[in-house]
Amino acid sequence: MAGPGGGSSDVQWCFSQVKGAIDDDVAEADIISTVEFNHTGELLATGDKGGRVVIFQQEPESKNQPQCRGEYNVYSTFQSHEPEFDYLKSLEIEEKINKIRWLPQKNAAQFLLSTNDKTIKLWKISERDKRPEGYNLKEEDGRYRDPNTVTSLRVPVFRPMDLMVEASPRRVFANAHTYHINSISVNSDCETYLSADDLRINLWHLEITDRSFNIVDIKPANMEELTEVITAAEFHPNQCNTFVYSSSKGTIRMCDMRASALCDKHAKLFEEPEDPNNRSFFSEIISSISDVKFSHSGRYMMTRDYLSVKIWDLNMETRPVETYQVHEYLRSKLCSLYENDCIFDKFECCWNGNDSVVMTGSYNNFFRMFDRGYRQDMTLEASRENSKPRSVLKPRKVSTGGKRKKDEISVDSLDFNKKILHTAWHPLDNIIAVATTNNLYIFQEKLN
Amino acid sequence: MSEEVEGTRISEEQQEMEDKVISPEKEEEAKLKARYPNLGAKPGGSDFLRKRLQKGQKYFDSGDYNMAKAKMKNKQLPSAPTEKTEITGDHIPTPQDLPQRKTSIVASKLAG
Repeated sequence: MAGPGGGSSDVQWCFSQVKGAIDDDVAEADIISTVEFNHTGELLATGDKGGRVVIFQQEPESKNQPQCRGEYNVYSTFQSHEPEFDYLKSLEIEEKINKIRWLPQKNAAQFLLSTNDKTIKLWKISERDKRPEGYNLKEEDGRYRDPNTVTSLRVPVFRPMDLMVEASPRRVFANAHTYHINSISVNSDCETYLSADDLRINLWHLEITDRSFNIVDIKPANMEELTEVITAAEFHPNQCNTFVYSSSKGTIRMCDMRASALCDKHAKLFEEPEDPNNRSFFSEIISSISDVKFSHSGRYMMTRDYLSVKIWDLNMETRPVETYQVHEYLRSKLCSLYENDCIFDKFECCWNGNDSVVMTGSYNNFFRMFDRGYRQDMTLEASRENSKPRSVLKPRKVSTGGKRKKDEISVDSLDFNKKILHTAWHPLDNIIAVATTNNLYIFQEKLN
Repeated sequence: MSEEVEGTRISEEQQEMEDKVISPEKEEEAKLKARYPNLGAKPGGSDFLRKRLQKGQKYFDSGDYNMAKAKMKNKQLPSAPTEKTEITGDHIPTPQDLPQRKTSIVASKLAG
């Protein structure tokens, strides 16, 4: 009944792998800050607060174990960004990787964009599995031979060698953002991409690093009048002229680059009307959108705010077509969540391959899945306790009422330091990557 | 007609009390206002945004830097910031306090 990536009612999730250190003492550099599958799902990239990128590659399915899809093993790792200090502005620039976006593969090499707060870099990841041998003027160890000692000539040949994966920075896109970059998105034309900071969005050509076009600028003439910032931006998956950006006030603007060079005037404004009676000090803070993602079909988009996930039909601006509560029980904890700054946590969200299920993270290392078709939701936990190979994950439940059933956890026992902000879903299969603070969990659908 | 108006006025108070019971958000807001009476009247607006835009800024200007240095002579440790509305001030660290910003040469533990 369930097709690939089908409803969560049929899918059972099993633990597959966990990457990272076991010890509780987490170094800041090891905090995972982004997770992204490439377009085939063969590669899985992570970025961390220390500016490092680790890429995992899926092993081809083995005949010995047809029950499970290939495991992900380290393919390449490199230092993408380094800490900097802008002396002119007295600004510390973190090396933390905010986002990674893969380019669709065009040749043997793989390309990805990684960005910190200020600089975007295009990395080329290529394989080398042969090396030339038999030079006339060089020894095998690289030392040069005295030409006078050469008595005969030979033709150098390529011989196989152990696979070496090299990452090299091909482009550095710098100095285009005054504020902190929160998003990058590759256009479906595969030639351009956008980068968004708190107040501006720039359009780049992948080949050109010394120029960038500003396409959105919401900086007010007087900064005292600042009321909202850009929180996320993304290009439409197949309309190269269309992109959206979300704001801290809970609105999403869709822009058409054909209309004008500067897209300050939106083509569409998506906003759910608010009940003025329910307005509180927290209303605006919790309505701030932390992530926006188009569906693979391009027909819908999903937004994540502090307490919910909303699905919008691009043809309807007045309200979302679906709203899913992630952790509504936190509404009565907003005061303490404000005090410990958790209310400002930026959760991401993602679609499954056929747009039938959406997923997002929560606290206590819980993550949530919402099946749009079956109207079911599920809470799962990423923890070392459930990390026996191929063990099925048991759904978790947070008790909201007075009575707590066995196996349920009460709201007050939730660990708010264990947040799952970043999750990713394989583009084709039911394989998900879930990042806790410093560990990466990979879960797979139970195959019989 | 006037009876209805009076009726509304009385029930407004009731409504406020009911709000506190009905809306958990408003309850939380009341809690917050009780703990931080100085919290700006403008909710969620410019203060948060300005703090967000200024993330990473170490010194506002050289005057700021020198003030911080002077205060360091008097105090041993800078006071931990708890004020939610403060954007810049005397809790700015001095060069001696700034940790050495070096790259993590150590490989990521995910690759281990």
